[in-house]
Amino acid sequence: MTLATSFLHDQDFIDILYIVAFGLFIYGLMGLTGPRTAVRGNRIAAVGMAIAVLATFLFEGMGNWGLIILGIAVGTAVGVPSARQVKMTQIPQMVALFNGVGGGAVALIAWAEFIETDGFDGLKLTFVIPSLFAAIIGSVSFWGSLIAFGKLQETIPGRPIGLPGRGQQLLNLALLLVAVACAIAIASGSTAGALMVVLLLAAAVLGLFVVLPIGGADMPVVISLLNAFTGLSAAATGLALNNTALIVAGMIVGASGTILTRLMAEAMNRSIPSIIAGGFGGGGAIEGAVGAGEHGGTVRATSAADAAIQMAYARQVVIVPGYGMAVAQAQHAVRELARELEKRGVEVKYAIHPVAGRMPGHMNVLLAEADVPYDQLKEMDDINPEFPRTDVALVIGANDVTNPAANTNPQSPIYGMPILNVNQAKSVIVLKRSMNPGFAGIENELYFEPMTSMLFGDAKASVADITKELAEL
Amino acid sequence: MFVTNLAILVVSGFLGFAVISKVPNTLHTPLMSGTNAIHGIVLLGGLIVLGLGTDLGAFTKLILVVAIAFGTINVVGGFLVTDRMLEMFKSKPDPPKDAEDGSS
Repeated sequence: MTLATSFLHDQDFIDILYIVAFGLFIYGLMGLTGPRTAVRGNRIAAVGMAIAVLATFLFEGMGNWGLIILGIAVGTAVGVPSARQVKMTQIPQMVALFNGVGGGAVALIAWAEFIETDGFDGLKLTFVIPSLFAAIIGSVSFWGSLIAFGKLQETIPGRPIGLPGRGQQLLNLALLLVAVACAIAIASGSTAGALMVVLLLAAAVLGLFVVLPIGGADMPVVISLLNAFTGLSAAATGLALNNTALIVAGMIVGASGTILTRLMAEAMNRSIPSIIAGGFGGGGAIEGAVGAGEHGGTVRATSAADAAIQMAYARQVVIVPGYGMAVAQAQHAVRELARELEKRGVEVKYAIHPVAGRMPGHMNVLLAEADVPYDQLKEMDDINPEFPRTDVALVIGANDVTNPAANTNPQSPIYGMPILNVNQAKSVIVLKRSMNPGFAGIENELYFEPMTSMLFGDAKASVADITKELAEL
Repeated sequence: MFVTNLAILVVSGFLGFAVISKVPNTLHTPLMSGTNAIHGIVLLGGLIVLGLGTDLGAFTKLILVVAIAFGTINVVGGFLVTDRMLEMFKSKPDPPKDAEDGSS
């Protein structure tokens, strides 16, 4: 062996490459925190990942190349097209899925280790405990993410599913205890293969059962939480394998995911424990629906022409986008409408609720795609004081984030959630497909207010109609 | 060694909090997607266990190939999706194209 190659396979050299790699992760993440540096930041992190993978190839005695290449080839063949072709509206599902497979990888690695070491036979607890932790959390994350994916994709009903009352929580607790009991048995020396299988299965069912009872509206918070879980399990794998790149990268993701989860939960005025306990849109929604029935249908419908006239003579129009805009792919049409209004000297602003859509920043991504100037996007706290001087608030497929019940009705399940105070505008035009309640399953009182008019139909078509009418005025 | 690793773990956690607690709302989705890609680093775990394993059983090999495929999906898909999202935040360097709304 030449000097050069022995140097390449030196463990210190590999570790230095790892340090470079996680340095790039951290630097890249810092870039991701600013709109101008974000693209570069993501690419820097990707370079870090490439270095980490290449460094791993240099390990003394690496073998099984055929299988390694097979795994990477399959992963690339699946990952690249799905990332390239996914629609921007389906990004939340995609993140859930990518997160899930990461958790699955963690669980599988722990399982493989277990088999190959004859049930962690005679290994130190500093290896065994992180591995078992990784197996449980990885399995929960994988199956939980699959359910989150199914709910967002609407292949599984978004409404909460589960045993009534405390039953589900007791069952989940029992499953967790089973998994932990298996872990303790393995850690204390038992080498039965069945124990690991039971552990993985109990964690899998736990993952399914934890996410199933959670309503669709809370799904972004859940994905963020599972993202943090996968990060922690990756860090645990790093502890077991004595791999610094895994420890640092996994733990940073664990920390960031926790923060993001808390921010999202705060924006919805929900505590993380109450989300995990589940049932949003369950009992409360029924009360809400009963309350709405009392309004007795004083909804006023309008036409595109009327909406156009109303807006043409407004001084300020605030556009409130929501998931409906994303589904209808209406962002370009909205941009056109805004251009048309601006030509007439109307001031146009966009009110972005932190949880509009299915994820924080979801609306910003879509509107940025349509070239909406960054400075017209206003966050909730900046735009709320402006509603009283707004002539027309145009609500495009946003529901729960505009529901005044969050301010006024203590019975409502969303009571206390900060909302966009659209009802303070002089008039409100709501674009909506039908009177169906929003994702959280709660009726919106806004639609019954006297200054509100509804324009029913597909958001994209409605917006295009209004633009056409405006141009002809 | 374990204690050193534990120290690295704790410091990384605080570093994660410090780096990330200052993100504008707008970038939360890309950030979530980006961090999601980074935990795809578990791919390394699969590579190490499969690459350094001797006399692995056929079933173990199968599990590990799946784990590597999963990890690769996580990494490659995660970074690509994040990149696609972020492309839209790029400052538009082509004012001539959008010249007509210079008036607004």
